[in-house]
Amino acid sequence: MIDRSPSALAGTQSVLPGQPLPLSSAVNSGAGLITEFLEWFGDLGLFFWHVVQAAVTPPFEFRELFRQLDEIGSKSLPLVALAGAATGIVLSMEARYSLTRFGAKSLLPAAIVFSIIHETGPIITGLVVSGRVGAGIGAELASMKVTEQIDAIEASAVNPYRLLAATRILACILMLPLLTLAADFSGLVMGWVAQALVEPLSFHQFISSGFKGADFSDFLPPTFKTMVFGLIIGLIACFQGMRTQGGAAGVGRAATSSVVLSSLFVILADVVLVKLILIFFP
Amino acid sequence: MHTLDQIAAEPAAAKEDGGPAIAVVDLHKSFGSQKVLNGISLAVGRGETLAVLGRSGTGKSVLLRLIIGLEKPDSGSIRIHGQDIAGLILDRMGEIRKKMGFLFQHAALYDSLTVEQNVAFPLEHHKKEMSKSERHDRVKALLAEVGMEGHLEKMPSDISGGMQKRVGLARALVLEPDILLLDEPTAGLDPISSAEIDDLVLKLQEEHHVASVVVTHDLHSAKTIADRLALLNEGNVVIEGSFEQLQGSDDEFVREFLKHS
Repeated sequence: MIDRSPSALAGTQSVLPGQPLPLSSAVNSGAGLITEFLEWFGDLGLFFWHVVQAAVTPPFEFRELFRQLDEIGSKSLPLVALAGAATGIVLSMEARYSLTRFGAKSLLPAAIVFSIIHETGPIITGLVVSGRVGAGIGAELASMKVTEQIDAIEASAVNPYRLLAATRILACILMLPLLTLAADFSGLVMGWVAQALVEPLSFHQFISSGFKGADFSDFLPPTFKTMVFGLIIGLIACFQGMRTQGGAAGVGRAATSSVVLSSLFVILADVVLVKLILIFFP
Repeated sequence: MHTLDQIAAEPAAAKEDGGPAIAVVDLHKSFGSQKVLNGISLAVGRGETLAVLGRSGTGKSVLLRLIIGLEKPDSGSIRIHGQDIAGLILDRMGEIRKKMGFLFQHAALYDSLTVEQNVAFPLEHHKKEMSKSERHDRVKALLAEVGMEGHLEKMPSDISGGMQKRVGLARALVLEPDILLLDEPTAGLDPISSAEIDDLVLKLQEEHHVASVVVTHDLHSAKTIADRLALLNEGNVVIEGSFEQLQGSDDEFVREFLKHS
């Protein structure tokens, strides 16, 4: 029964919209948020431990892994390539404007190539996959959780960490570098097209000028750092999906939080990874 | 029927000497501040069917989830063929689960798989030595047994609730378990479908000789398929025995429950 007494109603209206919270309430709410975050992080660590244990012990779920490689890799390819292409065009136009202004137009191909392979290609791939795959995994596993399908898998004596989580996380880790290559390639091609439309420049000239002075350390570490992005996207999406509670609303929340958290952690991880790459591959 | 003293004294030899297939001793379970089970003790022998009755929210489904290890008890022990399942890691628990079949209240069929693939799922993971055609034959035979032989290629969303329960039952039986846990097998079904499910459970019990625990609100169904009945209230077993023993009880709650069933 709903309590409609004056005291109860007064309690619900103690802080009016727009009125600042009392200091003690703000401190309590801040402490609550920190506790909640630490609990979430602890649960995520425990979840990761279960997944690692399941992933390294037989039986291995190769069939499901191949299915996920297709689902996460092949089906993300058009989107990633399109995002890479759009980024290449924008970079090309922006770099042309800036470098011409500062009299460094001859550096244009190198600026485009280095921007794409060092940072733009990997981070665009990470964010696009966070959106497409993170939401997909989060919603799929959350839906399975609320309809007891994950319990049914466990009741059938199949380890859901192995079948559902390990396969998806591993597929994300393996596919991200390959998708990054696709984003890099389409970005470079469209960057060249954008240049060639303004002034004649062959693709060979563009690439040889762009890659002049570049070596594998410019290419491999930024490409392989996306394996960490894959781990983050797969882990967070599986975790948010498999801990869902509360019906259709819970499924929606899991999908949203999977995208938001995985995108956020991809960006944060990128800050650390760029610094590490600069230290170890100067 | 096995006494609790017997259960406590001879757990290890339970499987060999024909002891209880399931033995639950002094089981407690709470969710937050809500106490759901408050020291329940039950035993089910091989080939025996126990129906667990009670009002909604009295922990009947939780009891089944505890028995199959989907929930962890706060205290007390659960022994499956004498083996205490408390603290077992997931893969070790999996070995015990291979001998158990579970029918979920809403069937919990995998919505991305066809009816045939749903029933074949446990076989694909645990009977890898079986060829594809052997698996197909086994699934087909089992689906015929539950009256679903004409729906192999259908998706779960394309069949009715009663049909989903039949498929769920076939999936629960596909590894030839010796323990069957049924959560509300007739809930939400019309009287004819309910009777069909009851007949099916009885037939399967006769043919497969499994130890079963059936959670139900349906007293008629419980009377039809169970050897014994246990009535739960506020996390405790109020009475355990035959239907006649329940009818003869002086307990106010038992009389009230029977009056409204």
